[in-house]
Amino acid sequence: MSKNNEIDKVSGVETTGHTWDGIKELNNPAPRWWLIVFYITVIWSIGYWVVYPAWPTLSGDGERGGTQGTMGWTQYDQLKEQQAEIRARKSAYLERFENASFAEIRSDEELYAFAVAGGAAAFKDNCATCHGTGGAGSAGYPNLNDDDWLWGGDVESIHETIRVGIRSPHEETRLSEMPPFGDMLSGEEIADVADHVLALSGRAEDSEAGAQVFADNCASCHGDNGLGDSALGAPNLADAIWFYGSEKGDIMSQVRKPKHGVMPTWEARLDANTIRQLAIYVHSLGGGEE
Amino acid sequence: MLNKHQKVEKNSILMLILVVIVVSIGGIIEILPLFRMETTIEPVKGVRPYTPLEIAGQNVYIREGCYNCHSQQIRPLRDEVERYGHYSLAAESMYDHPFQWGSKRTGPDLARVGGKYSDDWHVQHMIKPQQVVPESIMPAYAHLAHKVAKLEGIGSDMKALKMAGVPYTEEMIENAYNDAMAQAQGESDHHDGLIERYGEKVNYRNFDGQPITTELDALIAYLQVLGTMAELKDYVHDGEARSSHGEGGK
Amino acid sequence: MTNLAEKPNYNDDIVKLFTIATVFWGVVGFAVGVFIALQMAFPALNFGEYLTFGRLRPVHTSAVIFAFGGNALFATSYFVVQRTCRTRLWGDGWAKFTFWGYQAFIVMAALGYVLGVTQAKEYAEPEWYADLWLTFVWVAYLIVFLMTLKNRNEPHIYVANWFYLAFIVTVAVLHLGNNISIPISLTEAKSYSLWGGVQSALIQWWYGHNAVGFFLTAGFLGIMYYFVPKRAGRPVYSYRLSILHFWSLIFIYIWAGPHHLHYTALPDWAQTLGMTFSIMLWMPSWGGMINGMMTLSGAWNKLREDPVLRFMIVSLAFYGMSTFEGPLMSIKSVNALSHYTDWTIGHVHSGALGWVAFISFGALYYLVPVLWKKKELYSLRLVNLHLWIATIGIVLYIAAMWVSGIMQGLMWRSYDSMGFLEYSFVETVMAMHPFYLIRAFGGLLFLSGALIMVYNFVKTIRGDNVPSVEEDDTQGAEAAHA
Ligand code: HEC
Ligand code: HEC
Ligand code: HEC
Ligand code: HEM
Ligand code: HEM
Ligand SMILES: [Ca+2]
Ligand SMILES: [Ca+2]
Ligand SMILES: [Cu+2]
Repeated sequence: MSKNNEIDKVSGVETTGHTWDGIKELNNPAPRWWLIVFYITVIWSIGYWVVYPAWPTLSGDGERGGTQGTMGWTQYDQLKEQQAEIRARKSAYLERFENASFAEIRSDEELYAFAVAGGAAAFKDNCATCHGTGGAGSAGYPNLNDDDWLWGGDVESIHETIRVGIRSPHEETRLSEMPPFGDMLSGEEIADVADHVLALSGRAEDSEAGAQVFADNCASCHGDNGLGDSALGAPNLADAIWFYGSEKGDIMSQVRKPKHGVMPTWEARLDANTIRQLAIYVHSLGGGEE
Repeated sequence: MLNKHQKVEKNSILMLILVVIVVSIGGIIEILPLFRMETTIEPVKGVRPYTPLEIAGQNVYIREGCYNCHSQQIRPLRDEVERYGHYSLAAESMYDHPFQWGSKRTGPDLARVGGKYSDDWHVQHMIKPQQVVPESIMPAYAHLAHKVAKLEGIGSDMKALKMAGVPYTEEMIENAYNDAMAQAQGESDHHDGLIERYGEKVNYRNFDGQPITTELDALIAYLQVLGTMAELKDYVHDGEARSSHGEGGK
Repeated sequence: MTNLAEKPNYNDDIVKLFTIATVFWGVVGFAVGVFIALQMAFPALNFGEYLTFGRLRPVHTSAVIFAFGGNALFATSYFVVQRTCRTRLWGDGWAKFTFWGYQAFIVMAALGYVLGVTQAKEYAEPEWYADLWLTFVWVAYLIVFLMTLKNRNEPHIYVANWFYLAFIVTVAVLHLGNNISIPISLTEAKSYSLWGGVQSALIQWWYGHNAVGFFLTAGFLGIMYYFVPKRAGRPVYSYRLSILHFWSLIFIYIWAGPHHLHYTALPDWAQTLGMTFSIMLWMPSWGGMINGMMTLSGAWNKLREDPVLRFMIVSLAFYGMSTFEGPLMSIKSVNALSHYTDWTIGHVHSGALGWVAFISFGALYYLVPVLWKKKELYSLRLVNLHLWIATIGIVLYIAAMWVSGIMQGLMWRSYDSMGFLEYSFVETVMAMHPFYLIRAFGGLLFLSGALIMVYNFVKTIRGDNVPSVEEDDTQGAEAAHA
């Protein structure tokens, strides 16, 4: 740098002697603290590289093609540690829970509270999207609070339903299909049977023709009095609780071309404990049967 | 040092060359080793290339910009593994061109959404999310249910993907259209070919319940396969994921 | 002091065009930002097929980064390189091509998104044909810039131009590397990225992070290095610091991309590199802030008088803040919380609104009177008003995003005393609603500020209340502040 550089009057610092469109540069050193902090970050990084997996290896050996680090740390081992912590939190209950029958759990206040809490947590993220936040259901998705059950409302049945699902891809899934009567019955017959179905819960004049159609076609699943059959997943038609709709038109459409609702299987997605907790939670919602 | 730097300051081409060298180093050292597939991609069975219908679905996913709100990458953090399932493996996205990991989770992670819901639920949810999830802020995609999926050309998509390294066979490409229709229609004449080429586990059915094959069919086919291919039960490098263990979790 | 009579016949027409485009796209980009912010608060605002959040979000990001930011970089780099090289911009026709070519690219890209044409790679969404077109435009840009540098009448290349040059050439490398893709046919828009899975993820974030590093940082530091000393009328603080932080910045930035992929299926070693280089990036980033701020030493009083300078200094403060926050968020345990949440969005906008947009506003307020040969702006009080409204808008925006981001991150990972997850996903969605409202309001303030700026510019250019510069040279504010 040339020696006779101009001195900036304001700061008293020498300039570098160049001017660009009126802009000059001072010849200040880089701030010391700036350099020092930079060096610290470099040293810290080097230390980090020693301890953790950090650099790709030429040979491709090591932790997924990189150096391993002195701690032998991987993000997957860290996960295991994290999970162990949560297991420890649960440990007061978990072992007893695993080995207890549903009946035992329900008679042990602590275990029951544990199960309901776990079920509620899993329900919010997995089930509420269909059955609603409080389990109240919506069109096509049954209410889990009431005492109307398609496949049975005792804990074991509920557990089984959750585990295998309904019309799900699970091998043991609960399966039964109401046939489409659109081809088999005339329009008039369908209207009649709908009246009969409504009459079962006292919502219409009974139709004698309808009762006959019902006896011939429907009673095999829904029972003579329309009380349903939980072995077949056939709903009770006499309790004024509907999950596809309560209008005559809804019923006619169900008879003509029934919907076949699908409930996913949770066996592959949730672990066994969680499914058991869910069963107890759902059972606790209000409509659980013994 | 300052004097040497004067040289660079006086020579624009020299400066250009130095800049290019300086900015190339980091990229080369980080990116090149990743192409050693055997160390980058952990061995896990079951991941297959998407079927033609699933590709069409992924294209809808990309077109609508779902990746702006949804991630497809479950991190090995205990809450994520519990909420969404087994953490994502590199192998599971190896046929995504480009990757769909996302960077923002305005909506939930979708890496394992396959099988979580029924097709019907997806239909309702895509047509109007608030109908099934009142608190949702997801846009409605009702138009997908009206648009016939353009599957005639899906073979060219597979050809391009094949050039990018996805192991499609000539036979798969030739039968692309038939396989797509077979998957979207449930049982059909071409059913056996579809299964032969893509395996037993392929979901084949009328996804949206309408007689025509729509973009919604394709999208749901895609969503329903997400996260279901890898056989994680046999996978070793494992925490205690709540997902995918069957009896796991202990 | 250079002899003013020697001043070459600068090509300012092209700078004017880019300046107008900057302002125009800025308003468009901010308005779309406000709209998508409202969509997140009120999903009913997702209209039909073309105007859903998923399609509009990339319109916003491209409009603000590439259209607003890009045009600002073109305008300023063409202005600065002429003045600091004391030569006319090389190749009038080429420069014109970069203008129209670049606007065509923007329109192509934005139309594509609305119609559903996208590569689904953040900040690189345009499809192959637009990418190809941009490649031509960018090569022309590099040639124009480089030829002007070669023609310079100053022995040394000024530091602003180091940054511009590094920005132009590195963006070219990134663009080519990330966008290699295979079209399904030459007559169709759709293509598939050559890269898949993990490789595609790392290449994308090598690109994406360095789009931040070179587009939104290096380029805008180029702006800073000219307009701050010029407006302050003070020499740059430290030449040595310029050298050190320039080379360390561009070297280290490239490595930091994997901090976007913490705890993913990317191998651990690459994540570590991303994290450690981000930490080492802290001081090189701050070098620019120090050099800018310290340039005012001895002239702090100017801050009180000149709202334009204030814009620039506030922008440096935000730059310092976001480049401190960035390394912090790169630490794996912090990122485990922040990633996927609004915290990232808050970080983005403290950088984007506070740094990128504010330094651009400062430069624009400087440029407009100079280019249109006016002595001063129509109203400095309106500049001040803009500064305040926009600053309040930013503070509301980023504070809301910090709260909602950290809240959401904590809610996701929260376990109750028995060891069960405490919140469901939708509960977090509901909890964020108030913050989305605050954010939208902050964005609205920011947009209003920009509209005040537009008004000020229109009045300035029309000459209402503003004396013109008499002589037929390029002085005006340039002379006023030299
Ligand atoms: C995709 C939507 C969906 C999800 C998610 C879902 N269900 Fe269901 N669930 C259904 C449908 C539909 C039915 C009724 C099936 C039918 O039509 O027979 C049902 C039925 C049930 C039943 C049987 C009710 C009865 O009356 O017998 C129980 C119990 C149940 N679900 C519990 C759960 C639990 C617990 C979860 C979460 C782990 C869950 N469901 C998640 C859709 C869903
Ligand atoms: C093979 C057994 C079977 C036969 C026969 C049958 N159903 Fe059903 N029905 C079912 C099942 C199973 C369901 C539940 C559908 C579901 O789970 O999605 C059902 C549902 C219904 C529902 C809807 C209930 C609600 O809550 O919304 C009505 C109404 C109904 N059946 C009426 C009839 C009538 C009328 C007939 C005769 C014409 C009939 N069913 C014959 C099995 C049967
Ligand atoms: C504005 C952001 C946004 C966009 C864009 C968006 N979603 Fe969503 N998505 C959400 C939110 C929020 C939820 C959670 C509430 C709900 O279930 O609707 C969600 C939930 C979902 C779910 C249920 C996930 C689960 O496990 O419960 C699926 C599947 C889904 N979205 C698919 C899509 C698809 C496919 C697209 C594009 C066509 C899309 N989303 C676009 C915000 C969005
Ligand atoms: C009026 C001002 C603005 C408003 C209201 C606004 C609003 C938004 C919104 C709502 C999002 C989506 C966030 C999400 O998905 O959760 C977003 C994303 C984004 N915006 Fe803005 N924005 C504004 C200005 C800007 C500016 C000036 C820039 C850049 C110069 C910018 C750059 C970005 C980027 C890069 C993203 C994507 C962030 C990511 O993916 O992490 N924005 N903006
Ligand atoms: C030292 C400098 C910086 C570092 C180390 C840094 C680091 C980070 C980190 C860790 C993330 C979050 C990644 C994730 O979790 O997904 C991020 C996101 C982001 N940052 Fe920075 N940042 C820096 C400076 C800046 C500046 C100055 C800007 C200017 C605008 C900026 C813009 C962005 C954008 C746009 C994103 C969002 C990327 C996406 O779409 O996900 N950053 N940055
Ligand atoms: Ca993002
Ligand atoms: Ca692109
Ligand atoms: Cu980054």
